Amino acid sequence: MKKILLSLMLAFGLVAGVQASGGDSIAWDKAPNKTNDLGALQNGAKLFVNYCLNCHSAAFMRFNRLKDIGLTEQQIKDNLLFTTEKVGETMKAAIDPRQAKDWFGANPPDLTVIARSRAGHGGTGADYLYTYLRTYYRDETKATGWNNLAFPNVGMPHVLWELQGDRRPVFETRSEHGHDVSVFKGWQQVSPGTMSPLQYDQAVADLVAYLQWMGEPAQNDRVRIGVWVLMFLVVFTIIAWRLNASFWKDIR
Amino acid sequence: MAEFKEISPNASAGEKLLNWVDNRFPASKLYKEHLSEYYAPKNFNFWYFFGSLALLVLVIQIVTGIFLVMHYKPEATLAFASVEYIMRDVPWGWLIRYMHSTGASAFFIVVYLHMFRGLIYGSYRKPRELVWIFGCAIFLCLMAEAFMGYLLPWGQMSYWGAQVIVNLFAAIPFVGPDLALLIRGDYVVSDATLNRFFSFHVIAVPLVLLGLVVAHIIALHEVGSNNPDGIEIKAHKGPDGKPLDGIPFHPYYSVHDIMGVSVFLMVFSAIVFFAPEFGGYFLEYNNFIPADPLKTPAHIAPVWYFTPFYSMLRAITSEMMYALIACVLAGAFLGVTKAKLTGLIKGGVIGGALVLVALMLSIDAKFWGVVVMGGAVIILFFLPWLDNCAVRSIRYRPDWHKYLYGIFVINFVILAYLGVQPPSPIGERVSQVGTLFYFGFFLLMPWWSRLGQTKPVPDRVTFAAH
Repeated sequence: MKKILLSLMLAFGLVAGVQASGGDSIAWDKAPNKTNDLGALQNGAKLFVNYCLNCHSAAFMRFNRLKDIGLTEQQIKDNLLFTTEKVGETMKAAIDPRQAKDWFGANPPDLTVIARSRAGHGGTGADYLYTYLRTYYRDETKATGWNNLAFPNVGMPHVLWELQGDRRPVFETRSEHGHDVSVFKGWQQVSPGTMSPLQYDQAVADLVAYLQWMGEPAQNDRVRIGVWVLMFLVVFTIIAWRLNASFWKDIR
Repeated sequence: MAEFKEISPNASAGEKLLNWVDNRFPASKLYKEHLSEYYAPKNFNFWYFFGSLALLVLVIQIVTGIFLVMHYKPEATLAFASVEYIMRDVPWGWLIRYMHSTGASAFFIVVYLHMFRGLIYGSYRKPRELVWIFGCAIFLCLMAEAFMGYLLPWGQMSYWGAQVIVNLFAAIPFVGPDLALLIRGDYVVSDATLNRFFSFHVIAVPLVLLGLVVAHIIALHEVGSNNPDGIEIKAHKGPDGKPLDGIPFHPYYSVHDIMGVSVFLMVFSAIVFFAPEFGGYFLEYNNFIPADPLKTPAHIAPVWYFTPFYSMLRAITSEMMYALIACVLAGAFLGVTKAKLTGLIKGGVIGGALVLVALMLSIDAKFWGVVVMGGAVIILFFLPWLDNCAVRSIRYRPDWHKYLYGIFVINFVILAYLGVQPPSPIGERVSQVGTLFYFGFFLLMPWWSRLGQTKPVPDRVTFAAH
């Protein structure tokens, strides 16, 4: 009995501990769903190729699949490919993995299915990415000079900093159950970027929509086909039900 | 051996062909015995859909599996990429893959419900013991099939799940480490493991599974189906020798099952098309990260259908061993004092219990965790001989039996839930109580199933025409 009581207390202690440490990483913002918006996806693809693809690969994604989001093969060749690449190839990173490990402490992960793998209790993978790419801040104690609220001590510097500018998180110290905890209050813009905060959020939303689409290019076809399949099955079920009834009416 | 049958020269070409075949292969005979003249009780209810649905899911898994194997590469550096290739570059590959991954979970849902039906209506009771045992063997094969299939996408969960489970075998005294090495084919889960799991998943286990399914159905059709009233329809036959409460499987239950199939397919398709990951339960999020032998995930959880058994494994801590030892001693004491046994057997019981306790004290709790996990499945095989109730069906058992079965189900669900959660002190206690209840339910069944007043069993099945 003592043990049970002890474990009960431990369990509650653990719960309280989790809540207290909630100040470290923040709740994920809901990413707008733009995977059906071809303009957003194309803009996201452009951002992805320009900002992400230098260090990150998307090794299972072929360039010519971008035709699915409304680009022509010529547009892909002219705008998104380096001269040596072919349109049927997958998206490989330009970086040397060994150097990357030296510079960032880890090899930048492949991004093909990143939007699927990062889902969790906090929300979808898209929610995580949307939060993560919008919570970078200056931190001179880090080797890259950057830190992140959604991914504390992140190895990746803020690649989109020119667009967003420098920001600093504002914390408020609050007393909770006799402990002082610091709670995230909001952002303070230190120096402006080339985009306004609203424009930046929209650009990140486009990029995240692209990552989400790239994680599963068939996702919207899947839903469209699913609606037809279910409509067929509803009709079929009604037929099967009436057929069954007509056979069974002579069973007494 | 059947007589060679001549057919009138005026018969139609179709009849002539059938006669030609029937003289060489029992086509009509099989059709009659298993479909048109297989008499099933007319009072089947909702629970009786899941047998035919299990067969449907088996077919879905085999057919989609055949197409997946055409594009999948069982090689450690290519496996993950080949699954993404199927999802992206193979026409309709995503559909085939989602059907297969959803099918795996659907298989367990359907089979758990099918087993529960057998449990509540006493379908395992004499003379259906072999039907039940073949069924349990199918369940065991299914677990092996699912476990090995889960390694193939070669994601983080695939890899570390396999690592954890194979390492369990290493806990067996003396042979354990060598056995684990034999299963892996290497010192860690690697390309060698992937290749042998692929071979088992694609050919060895499915062959055994199909054989067992055939045996399950042949045994069932030999003894006839049980029904929700748990009474034998063969006890009342008409002048033509057909059971009065029986109806031919075809067409009555074939149209009935088509209705069940279409409802099932609605649910199945809704998952395949709208939520194939099913919130991370059917396809775990971590499994979209390629396997990395150097990076252990913070929380390794098996797929949901294994979690009740995984919970029981985790429940066996060195502390829990004392509770188990107490159970063994109490069991031996009761056996010696209460049961009518000869002196020799009594001595055997005491000696056996003492040896077992000595082993339990000397061998690591991890091993006993494996024993408990395996035992939780193996104990199902013995169900026909554990149940001593005078009636088969839950309908005519004492009312409190219903609550007991209800608690059994809730307990199983709680164990499943705890198995997905990261370990916690409170979860550990709950899973320990749950494990004791699970085993108590079965091991004490010879005693509790005799208790209480059963209700009068009807002579003929209860059936309201629809």
